[in-house]
This record gives sequence, structure tokens and C-alpha cells, in this order.
Amino acid sequence: MSQSTLQLAQHISGRRKYSQSVMFYLFRFAAIINALALMIILFFLIKNGWRAINWTFLTQPPIDSMTRGGIFPCIIGTVYLSIGAMLVAFPLGTASAIYLNEYARQGVVLRIIRFGINNLAGVPSVVFGLFGLALFVTWMQMGVSILAGALTLGFLTLPVIIGTAEEALRAVPDTYREASLGLGATKWQTIYRVVLPAALPSMLTGGILALSRAAGETAAIMFTAAVFYTKKVPTSVFDQVMALPYHIYVLATAGTDIEQTRHLQYGTALVLIILVLGMNLIAIVYRAKLRRNR
Amino acid sequence: MSTRRQIKANIIRYIFFIFAFVSITILCMILYFLVREGVPVFELVSVKDFLFGDYWYPTSDPPDFGIFPLIAASLLVTLCSAAVAIPLGVMTAIYLAEIASHRVKEIAKPMVELLASLPSVVIGFFGMVVVAPFLQNVFNIPTGLNLFNASLMLAFMSVPTICTISEDAIASVPAELKEASLALGATHWESLVRVILPASLSGLSTAVILGMSRAIGETMVVLMVAGGAAMVPSSIFDPVRPMPASIAAEMAEAPFRGDHYYALFATGMVLFVFTLIFNFIADYLSNKHRQVGASTL
Repeated sequence: MSQSTLQLAQHISGRRKYSQSVMFYLFRFAAIINALALMIILFFLIKNGWRAINWTFLTQPPIDSMTRGGIFPCIIGTVYLSIGAMLVAFPLGTASAIYLNEYARQGVVLRIIRFGINNLAGVPSVVFGLFGLALFVTWMQMGVSILAGALTLGFLTLPVIIGTAEEALRAVPDTYREASLGLGATKWQTIYRVVLPAALPSMLTGGILALSRAAGETAAIMFTAAVFYTKKVPTSVFDQVMALPYHIYVLATAGTDIEQTRHLQYGTALVLIILVLGMNLIAIVYRAKLRRNR
Repeated sequence: MSTRRQIKANIIRYIFFIFAFVSITILCMILYFLVREGVPVFELVSVKDFLFGDYWYPTSDPPDFGIFPLIAASLLVTLCSAAVAIPLGVMTAIYLAEIASHRVKEIAKPMVELLASLPSVVIGFFGMVVVAPFLQNVFNIPTGLNLFNASLMLAFMSVPTICTISEDAIASVPAELKEASLALGATHWESLVRVILPASLSGLSTAVILGMSRAIGETMVVLMVAGGAAMVPSSIFDPVRPMPASIAAEMAEAPFRGDHYYALFATGMVLFVFTLIFNFIADYLSNKHRQVGASTL
């Protein structure tokens, strides 16, 4: 259909055709700039960072006031924090999405909840940091700890989880629900046995995306979980940790010898990027596969 | 038996309802704790002096808590980044939604998603060690860490937001509108400008507002790249200190529950209000001028 209309439209005066092709090149150029930006950033990180990465770098703690050695505690810290965040956000977000999509009816309550989710998604991460500091660290007396950081990050990623989980639930055909209800199953049995299994793969993709977001987040953990330097590998949820993003910031702005430790900064940034982009790629590829199977 | 089932169903329903209510509870709690920890500063300075005072010297004696330079910096950085990000984001969205072939789209869309997923600290680091020396050499300026650099880095953080939402808006314009325009003899470009873009205007403006909201709240980039001088800038190459940068940089040093600590929480309040306003506008726009469908005969 649109092919034949296009052919019709192509039968036009040269001037109009010319202005069209100029504009379309401009649009293509804009898209290329985006791709270039990504490429340039990756290029500089890989070029300057790959030599810093070796076995010692990945498995040893920093030494000599963080001018040499590795980033092992930061990796551990980031893993604990982001997984902790998911333990908070995934059940909460999925349950919220189930309510919104399966139970809620149009009305004031639904509007209020939607308003909350939209605005929560817009709250700056540094404000989440302040909130975490005031509520978890101070008021609940958790101190600067993995627990406080994971809770803060969990609430920060909650809107992402809710969004993707809702999309996953909406993609489950209504015929599934009707068939299950028609067989005499209760609403809960339908959700638990029919809807959730069908939606789970897409939900997990959202979980991975949120996990990567939590792993790269800095401002929210600056006051709640991360410290400059700690020798201790965390043994309890009330321990402070080092974290990859915060480590980059510290080395690049407040390190003992900023110019000398440049390769460590590049190395840390590269490790973080590999972690984050890796998780995103997994999610993207997995999602594409799911779409094809549908 | 059936009443027991009924009760059980109701219980489950309420459990889910409570979970769904968590997000709004957290939003209220954020507001409450910001106010609780921020308001005491107004015993020291009036609201007017705090918002419009020209001097931010929180550690001098007596301290000055005027965040006008910080607000000005935040707004300027956001506007400058929008000047780059809006054309770039919207044009990319148009390309992806209307022009790109299916195969190009399969590659280009994940690219935009990956750009969105870059951690802000990495973009800040890139701006610091690569872009700043470059700017310093090219424009022959004393420091590459300035308003211009920060705006540029922020632009690349808000482009994916603008692009994704714009693309959805453009793609959701009913195909009949485009086909009608083409059938009347308009070129693809003319249909795009006169029909498709006006029809998706509400979605596009929502995208722009949300992109700007992301830019104004972004912390690590402005913390590392903006230069950190708490002054109202006189040129685009002056170093600035936007609100999030000030909060992030000073919170660690501010004595717990001291005046400085309260002032930083109050700054957080102002930042929160700004993003709330942006969200309200976006919400209003996306509800008001919604293109619901095509009229048929």
C-alpha cells in the first residue's frame, strides 16, 4: 500500500524532491552523530583502558593510597549493591505492575498511583541520595551501609521495573486469562499459573536493565553506601563498601595523584562499561529473541 | 466455601494494592524528608534570600546561603544542552520512525539504547579527560571544564530519552493521515512536516520536557565537568556549579545537621520542585493534545 503511494509521490517536480532528499540526509546525519558519540566514548575507554586490566587488577585491592593495585573490593561492592537493589525492586515492582494491569480499574486511585510512578521516575538520583541519607542512614540508623545503599537504589530503579513488567503483562493475550477463568480458576490462580509464566521472560529483561542501571549509579550511593577506601571485604549488610562508579569519581577528582593514576581510572571505567553494556546487550538480544518467538 | 474463596481473593487484591501504593508512598516520603532536613535553614536566611541571594559561601564565617548562582547554572546548563539535544533527538527519532529501513533500524535502535545505558559517571569522566583538554586547545580558554562542556555531555545523556519518546509519538500517528497526505500528491517530506509532526506534537513536547528534566537532575556529569565555580556565568566558557553538583560535592564535608547540611537539603528541595514542575508539564501536554485517531467517512 504505502509502496504504491510512495511511487505516486515520487512523480513530482525536481525542486520538491531535492528539498526532501536534503532534509532526509540531515536526519540520517543526526542518527549517525548519536552512533558516533557512542563509538568515540567506547573507543577512548578501550584504547586507554585495556592495558590496565589484568588478573591482578581484577582480583586485588588497591594499594599505596590507591595509586596501584586492583579494584576487587569495588567490583564486589557494586555486585552486592545492585543485586541488593533488585531484591528490593523486583518483587515490589512486579507486584505493583500486577495490581495496575490485572486488578486496578480506571479511576482516581489508578490516576494517583500512575502519578506517583511517573514522578518517581523523574526524581534526580542525587535527591534519592539525600532521601536515603535522611531516611535509611540517619532515621533508621542503618549508617552508611550496603543495606541503605541497596534500598535507595531499589527505589530508584522501581519505576523501570514497573514499566517493563506492565508492558510484559499487557503483551499476554486476554484469551489466556479468559480460558483459565472459563475453566473455573480463580483470578489469583489465573495470574499465578497462566499470566505470570507467560510474562516472566519479558519481566526478567526489565530486571536486567534495572540491574545495569543500579550498577552504574553514583549519586544515589555517595551518601548512603560508598566510601573512598576500605580494606575490609564486606561481611554483613551493615558494612560500608567501595563501588566501581564511585571509585572512578574519586580517582578522577580526589585521588592522591590524578595524572599518574589515569590508567587505573580508564581501567575501572572500562570494567564498569563492560558490566553495564554487557547486561544491556544480553537484555536487548534476549528481548529480540522473545519477539521473534511470539 | 465460596465465601472463603471470596475472602481470599479480596486479601490477595489488597496485598497487591498495597504494593502498588508503595511508589506514591515513597514519593511522599522523599518530600517529607527533604522538607524535614531542609526547612531549618530558613531560620537562618529568608526564603527570598536563599533563592535569590547572589553568594554561596557555605563554609565562610558568617556563611552565605544564596543559591541563585546554582539555580542559574542549572537552568543555563539545561537550556544549552536542550539546544543541542532537542534537534538531535527529534531528528534521530524522525529518521528511525519514518526514513530508516528495517535493517538499519535493527542496529540503530539498540545503539540509542546503549547510549542511554552509559553510566553518567563514565560520561562525566569522558568529558573530563577527553573533551575538556580538547576544548581548551581548540578555543584557547583557561579551563575546558565549563558550561559548554557540561551542556554537551548532558545533551548526549538526554538525547536517548528525547529520541525514544519522540519515536513512539511519531510511530503512533495513524497511518491513514500519512496515506491521505501522500495520496493528495504531497512528498514524503511535506507529509512529514505538515501532517505527521503536527499530529505527534504533544508526544514530541513531552519527550523534550522529560529530556530536560533528566538534564537538570543529572549529577555526576555536572559534578565532574561543569567546573564548580558558584557564580552566575558571563560567557558560555565560564565554569559553573549547578545544584546537583553542589549537593554531591559538599554533602560529605557538611557537618551533620549543621546549617550547611540543612542548606544542601533545601537545595535538594528546590531541585525536586523543578523536576516536579517539568513532570507536571509533560503530563499535562501528553494528556491535552493527544491525537486520538483519524476521522473516517
